[in-house]
Amino acid sequence: MKLAWREVLLAFRRSPALALLSVTTIAFSLFAFGLFGLVAINIQTALRAIEDRVEIRAFLVDNAKEAQVNELLAAVQRLPQVADVGYVSPDSALQRARAELDEFRDVMEGALLPGSVELRLKPGARDPETMRQITGRLETYPVVEEVRYGREWVEKLYRVRTVAGVAGLGLGLVFAVVAVIIIGATIRMAILARTKEIEVMRLVGATNAYVRLPYLIDGTLKGIAGGGIALTMAWIANRAVARSFMQTDFFTTEQMVLGVLAGAVIGLLGSWLSVGRHLRRVWQDS
Amino acid sequence: MAGVLRLTGVTKEYPRSGAALRDVSFELNKGEFIFLAGHSGAGKSTLLKLISMTERPTHGEVRVSGYSSKSVKSREIPKLRRRLGIVFQDFRLLPDRTAEANVAFALEVTGARASSIGPKVSRLLTQVGLASKATAFPHELSGGEQQRVAIARALVNDPFVLLADEPTGNLDEKATHAIYLLLREINASGTAVVMATHDVSLIERTGMRFLELDRGNLVYDGSDVARLKADLRGGGRR
Repeated sequence: MKLAWREVLLAFRRSPALALLSVTTIAFSLFAFGLFGLVAINIQTALRAIEDRVEIRAFLVDNAKEAQVNELLAAVQRLPQVADVGYVSPDSALQRARAELDEFRDVMEGALLPGSVELRLKPGARDPETMRQITGRLETYPVVEEVRYGREWVEKLYRVRTVAGVAGLGLGLVFAVVAVIIIGATIRMAILARTKEIEVMRLVGATNAYVRLPYLIDGTLKGIAGGGIALTMAWIANRAVARSFMQTDFFTTEQMVLGVLAGAVIGLLGSWLSVGRHLRRVWQDS
Repeated sequence: MAGVLRLTGVTKEYPRSGAALRDVSFELNKGEFIFLAGHSGAGKSTLLKLISMTERPTHGEVRVSGYSSKSVKSREIPKLRRRLGIVFQDFRLLPDRTAEANVAFALEVTGARASSIGPKVSRLLTQVGLASKATAFPHELSGGEQQRVAIARALVNDPFVLLADEPTGNLDEKATHAIYLLLREINASGTAVVMATHDVSLIERTGMRFLELDRGNLVYDGSDVARLKADLRGGGRR
């Protein structure tokens, strides 16, 4: 193990430029992947924020009795998909309308607005299908006159979300594969520069594990360094955007750790595969 | 005396280039010195690769020091290699390490105790006559000196046989002779030597047993140099 570390150090000292190039390549591949991840995360956050505002409003008949309203509220609250529910009396509806539509203040003098029950659904139950179901359910109550939830709008939002999710997954996969290929090629280049060493090691009877170890350490370290640099660059980019355009989310701690770990795993795997290729070639014709 | 190395009906075919060796059988006795003669492409290197189990025969069997090509497992091959010493025409030294580091490297990778490495390396470098150049890098050494370092490296694990693939191919006549003498010395201390060469005059001078390969066939096994001269110098056989 000590020897393996010495070999790693030696390799770095011998060709620091090549090592730096590997780390830079890994960093930029992961950076591209990370930027994409950030965009995906923020699109999802934005969509969730919009979704949060989706609500169903059941307008009540004019002469709704308090008991009827309470019964409706209790029934709605029992539905598992419902996050919260509230009652808006005709008076408060009017007040709200006046506040929101100040220009029409006069028109609304003495007007009568219907009372309503407003409810919001839990995350995961905001798809058009569930909303239709709940709406249908509400409509069975005689105290309910009409139910509205901006059907078209909800359906459009839901479609956007699905497309964003699928596109995100697909593009993310492509980015990840490209990163793995580039990193693999970089590591192979570094190992190619040391073919001779591998040959000599095999020749004098080093076990495969012994030959591999320094390269695995090397690849893993480069992966971690690349991952760390990529994360730093992504953080700087994110801050720049957050300062000049809009508030954006950054990765959570778990995601950051996962990102650096991914770098380490890619480095490890890339080295493993590249060394394996050379382990079979011992006695090249001179 | 039992053979330490035996080939029985060995044929090696490569998918693209066809048969490199055809039905080769011979035996090497403990402590023996033999030459492998033949033009380049005759199969000398292939034969050495089969002995070091870098390649496995297509047909037949290679037995080396208790290991059979038919049953040896991949993970046993490093152990086998530690019982062999291998030397090449192009030395294969690591250019970024000194002579002593090159020799020590071979001991380190096989897991030798750190305290035993230093003394062993200087003893080996003394044996090959390079004690004074232990700290020189390969590019500071002549071809003959580099080959001595390579030989010292091949000897670190006290091999029972030294396989030398055209070890003097890149050397002038004087250096060639010196390397040959060194190999004889090593042989005298009990290590068998298999030396591939196309240097007929070297074989001629020594009068030792040689195997002659021609396009993959073992055409002669003996010490009649007159015959070799006819084959290799006469031309027309290639």
